[in-house]
Amino acid sequence: MTTKPVIAPSTEDTLSRRGFFMKLGILFNGFAAMVLAVPVVGFLLSSVTRGRANGYLSWVPLGRIDEFPEGETRLATFRNPNVMPTDGKTVDTACWVRRVAGEKFQVFAINCAHLGCPVRWFPQSGLFMCPCHGGAYYRDGARASGPPERGLFEYPYKVENGLVTIQAGELPTPGAAIASLTGEKPPCAS
Amino acid sequence: MRIMIGKIGEWFDRRLQLAAPIREAAEHPVPRNTASWFYVFGSAALTIFLLQLVTGILLALIYVPSAGEAWSSLQALNHQVTLGWFIRAMHGWGSNFMVAIVLIHMAQVFLFGAHKYPRELTWIVGVFLLLMTLGMAFTGQVLRFDQDAYWGLGIGASIASRVPIIGPFAVKLMLGGPIIAGATLSRFFALHVFVIPGLLIGFVCLHVLMVLKLGINEWPMPGRIVKRATYDAEYHALTKSEGAPFVPYAVWKDMFFAAFIILAIAACAYYFGPFGPTGQPDPTIIQTAPKPDYFFLWLYALLSLLPPSLETPFLLIVPPLVIIGLILLPFLSGEGEKSWKRRPIAVVTVLMIAITLGTFTRMAQFTPWSPHMNAWSGDPVPDRYIHGTTAVERQGALVFQVKQCRNCHSIGNTGGQRGPDLDSVAVRLTRDQLIRQVIQGGGNMPAYGNNLSPAETTALVAFLETLHPATQSPARDAARDLVLSESKPKSATQP
Repeated sequence: MTTKPVIAPSTEDTLSRRGFFMKLGILFNGFAAMVLAVPVVGFLLSSVTRGRANGYLSWVPLGRIDEFPEGETRLATFRNPNVMPTDGKTVDTACWVRRVAGEKFQVFAINCAHLGCPVRWFPQSGLFMCPCHGGAYYRDGARASGPPERGLFEYPYKVENGLVTIQAGELPTPGAAIASLTGEKPPCAS
Repeated sequence: MRIMIGKIGEWFDRRLQLAAPIREAAEHPVPRNTASWFYVFGSAALTIFLLQLVTGILLALIYVPSAGEAWSSLQALNHQVTLGWFIRAMHGWGSNFMVAIVLIHMAQVFLFGAHKYPRELTWIVGVFLLLMTLGMAFTGQVLRFDQDAYWGLGIGASIASRVPIIGPFAVKLMLGGPIIAGATLSRFFALHVFVIPGLLIGFVCLHVLMVLKLGINEWPMPGRIVKRATYDAEYHALTKSEGAPFVPYAVWKDMFFAAFIILAIAACAYYFGPFGPTGQPDPTIIQTAPKPDYFFLWLYALLSLLPPSLETPFLLIVPPLVIIGLILLPFLSGEGEKSWKRRPIAVVTVLMIAITLGTFTRMAQFTPWSPHMNAWSGDPVPDRYIHGTTAVERQGALVFQVKQCRNCHSIGNTGGQRGPDLDSVAVRLTRDQLIRQVIQGGGNMPAYGNNLSPAETTALVAFLETLHPATQSPARDAARDLVLSESKPKSATQP
């Protein structure tokens, strides 16, 4: 057990011509791999890097202000600002527009703040209800009951020349920047 | 003719030199009692995997991985292409069988102690194979690009977004952009068709190679203890003393079961047909209640039933823990008893997991937690609840219907099950409690104070007070009766 293993004559001490070229070859391939890795990683992460600079968000029109009666909540659709040729119908998005009064609006994302299912508005009971896991929200988007931890996501909006436009372009998800970026948070999410 | 074939075979083998190692692998001795029907699930999983490869390639001949055309190409497969429906059905049912067989295989090898020395790595590779199988199931569900797939991606993105710090980036990486669109489908296609199958083929080869090199796990005997120092010699002796060549001694059971499974899948495919596609993946159609395929139904149920504050920690902590636990398992119990007869905790664990997953899956088929979205307009209040009521109570029944109470509450066994059924609510709650509950909400109920006029509330509560079985009187507040009875003489004295 205590006998030392016989050390084979190391090639490192006497660097042969072949050994040198072999190492150079590995180094050269490492360099080629790095050169290749830059565009590959850049390509793979392109959808992330663009989103970091909010490059996806733009203002899109929802419709004329008189299409939304005061005190009511209506379904509106808009086209996502970034369209790829193969997107099909997926670029059309729905949202709930509540005209509080005058030019004061609330534009809610269709996606439940729990897991993104499409919420439906029930004007009679004044509630948004989610068909998936039973989330419910009041007419102002605040959480009423069920698994969501916060109120509905809101898009920033502005009314210009009688046209209601919202800043959209990203799927609103509980952890996404767009969720914190928009409007006031519900009172429960201090 | 035979000589001719033999000569051709010889010509190839002279160059390939594969006949000897193949024969050696086929005829390697296995312990006699492993030629059992309990040992057929691994080869069945491999068989289904091959079936999925073949049917998958066939589907790719027609399927178009484009968000604009995927749905219609599936319709074409279902209705236009000869037997397209059958190939789709085989692939869909094959995936269901695959998940089921892989889980059964896993439970069987665990109960037979096959994860113990020296087969730890075989188990770990198997854990990765399970994860990849589930990955194939999820990505495959996405390729069936319909409403369920679209909103299912939204659910996946919402879960991914909850990872601290990197969440939002993970979402964009997963979706290939800011929203669920063409790039999303394309990348799930790449995962489902190239990346995961490639890994699967590699890992399956590794898994099978290790089974061949290390030998199949012997039938566990109570009291035959696994020890690292002695196991190899013991196993070797076992295959010598009571071994038999795998082919044909054991393989015929594998072959029978493989054929049976293929026929079972074909029968399901023939009788039940392909899965979907459901409605078009058009996000502006919001009248939909998305649901995952059956292997993820338990998760769907869990996400509804967990307390909201526990959900994110649970989603982010438990899956990694389970995976780490599965990987560490052979190191934590790498020696000792193999037989399930001497491993009660192992048996109870498997049963608990099976019962839990089964219960959640069953519940997800009923979704009692979801509001019944059309109950208020589709299910009228039954006659008998209105029979012999006063005008105010009838008005209350109308409020009850119109304010969508029945989306969450059932009476007469129709309506939602999100809240308690109200057939006997008057027995449980007094008038004051009813008023408070309606106006302020509470528990899991929204507050309706802003949506009901005082007259509507009065009528609604009057109706709710009639909801009690004929044999039980409604709840009453004893203190209130006392107060009223005390005030009676006073009022009597007044003129």
